[in-house]
Amino acid sequence: MSAWRQRRGLGATIGFTIIAINLIAVALAPWIAPHGQADLVGNVWAGPSAGSWLGLDNLGRDMLSRLLFGGRTSITLALVITLLSFLIGVSLGFAAATTLRWIDALLSRCVDALMAVPSLITALVVLSVLGTSIPVLVGTIAVLEATRVFRVSRSVAMDIAVLDYVEAARLRGEGLWWVMCHEILPNAMAPLTAEFGLRFCFSLLFVASLSFLGLGVQPPTADWGSMVRENATAINLGGTAPLLPAAAIAILTIGINLVVDWFLSFQTRGQGERA
Amino acid sequence: MLSSVVHRIGLGLLTLLVVSALVFIGTEILPGDAATAILGKAATPQAVAALRHALGLNEPAPLRYWHWLVSVLHGNLGTSLANDRPVAELIATRLKNTLFLAGVSASMAVPLAIILGILSAINQNGVFDRIISIFSIGAISVPDFFIAYMLILVCAVQFDWFPSLATVSSAQDLPARLHAIALPSITLTLVVLAHMMRMTRASIIGVMSQPFVEMAFLKGLPRWRIVVQHALPNAVAPIINVVAINLGFLIVGVVVVEVVFVYPGIGQLMVDAVSSRDVPIVQACGLLFGAIYVGLNMVADLLATMLNPILRAPK
Repeated sequence: MSAWRQRRGLGATIGFTIIAINLIAVALAPWIAPHGQADLVGNVWAGPSAGSWLGLDNLGRDMLSRLLFGGRTSITLALVITLLSFLIGVSLGFAAATTLRWIDALLSRCVDALMAVPSLITALVVLSVLGTSIPVLVGTIAVLEATRVFRVSRSVAMDIAVLDYVEAARLRGEGLWWVMCHEILPNAMAPLTAEFGLRFCFSLLFVASLSFLGLGVQPPTADWGSMVRENATAINLGGTAPLLPAAAIAILTIGINLVVDWFLSFQTRGQGERA
Repeated sequence: MLSSVVHRIGLGLLTLLVVSALVFIGTEILPGDAATAILGKAATPQAVAALRHALGLNEPAPLRYWHWLVSVLHGNLGTSLANDRPVAELIATRLKNTLFLAGVSASMAVPLAIILGILSAINQNGVFDRIISIFSIGAISVPDFFIAYMLILVCAVQFDWFPSLATVSSAQDLPARLHAIALPSITLTLVVLAHMMRMTRASIIGVMSQPFVEMAFLKGLPRWRIVVQHALPNAVAPIINVVAINLGFLIVGVVVVEVVFVYPGIGQLMVDAVSSRDVPIVQACGLLFGAIYVGLNMVADLLATMLNPILRAPK
């Protein structure tokens, strides 16, 4: 846990605070939200008042409550997608780096093919056939994200697989699975952790973009992307309703980026000191 | 030189083939095929079977892919399921609009990004560099639609400089068109600017650790001359790559930005077609976006090869 003893600096502290506030607010949403996410409490796009600090949305629902519940949907979805993409990407990436060469070639060419088209476009093509539902959304984005995770984990594992201690483990007869879990994974943790943060941000933005296009999370469930869509017309009346959920996404993403930057900076510094 | 160019073009064509196969697999082989998509979930099995037969869906998939590919190469993109019009006709004008928007944005973003990238490399770790760096971290983290709505709020609602809806028609002259797409093109510029700028700066600073740069410093040249005359020419290849990758981002950004500003382009068409599950239109749009993306990468690689004396030299 030497990571925690490192001097964090202003950026990382702000980042950690943003992430903590988001997680706590989202976890406690049903208890701290002043209203339900579907409750009509007043006039459409009413301004901020004592009962609803951030005003009301396009149907007269409380903006703050919907932001809390929406964050719950958005963050949970992004987290599930990222975990799933790491499960797929890391296991295939490690397999490509440690097993037979033709498996590596096959997997790498498949990933190249998937990455030949921008992922939003691929996702749109898949959604047009399978229709929009949460499992389809999660599965599609997870597979598309897994291609990036595959690239990173493969190249990291390639570097580790040739080191002496991996060779030693193999020579004393450890199985492939054991080597992956006990030798390669612990040593690949640092770059994979940084990648996890960045992939999470990307998944969050991806789900939000699809929801904003009306192809992601469907109403009445609140989610940050679809909230922007629902409130979009308020902007022409000078209202800020669509900016609030968009800002929530932006703030969380900036927070995670700050933490990842800090993490990467002391990781590389640590390596430099050892050398 | 010639062999590497031919090789790269061949690779590009192969990638295009793979992209077309992906689009085909995505729309034809996945469960819930075109017949179900047309008829909806409530359709009787008999109706689905009849339509599958009519659409030729009972043929083996590779054969169908071949037929589809041949007809696409002949410019026949099929007919829209929603209104029975030929897809090619629906796409033609919208493609022009999208390329216009993307072209205007790129012609603002690319020079601006390279100039700002060079300036911040000259001013490395100075005040200007830090301001640029903070701005770019912010711009990378913010979703496209946030930038778009901020611009609408400030430039269209508060000050009324530009329209918030980008409606264009063929009757408009060029200045009127540019005025109409001002906000969407500024949004797209901001979306790709930060990335391009950061990576331009990084490429130049990467070259700055080379011995010939050290030599230039020892000769006593000023920093700006070293960056512009010694480092920049050697960083051209990575910068071209950066520009190509970011023009790829621009293409994806177009989808969201067109929806925000209700701009009649391919992105908007594709999103509408996905909601109404109009598969032929989605296929055609997916193929177009994919082809543009692959083409950009190919052109970038070719340019980088031509500009690099080591790669240019005959082996």
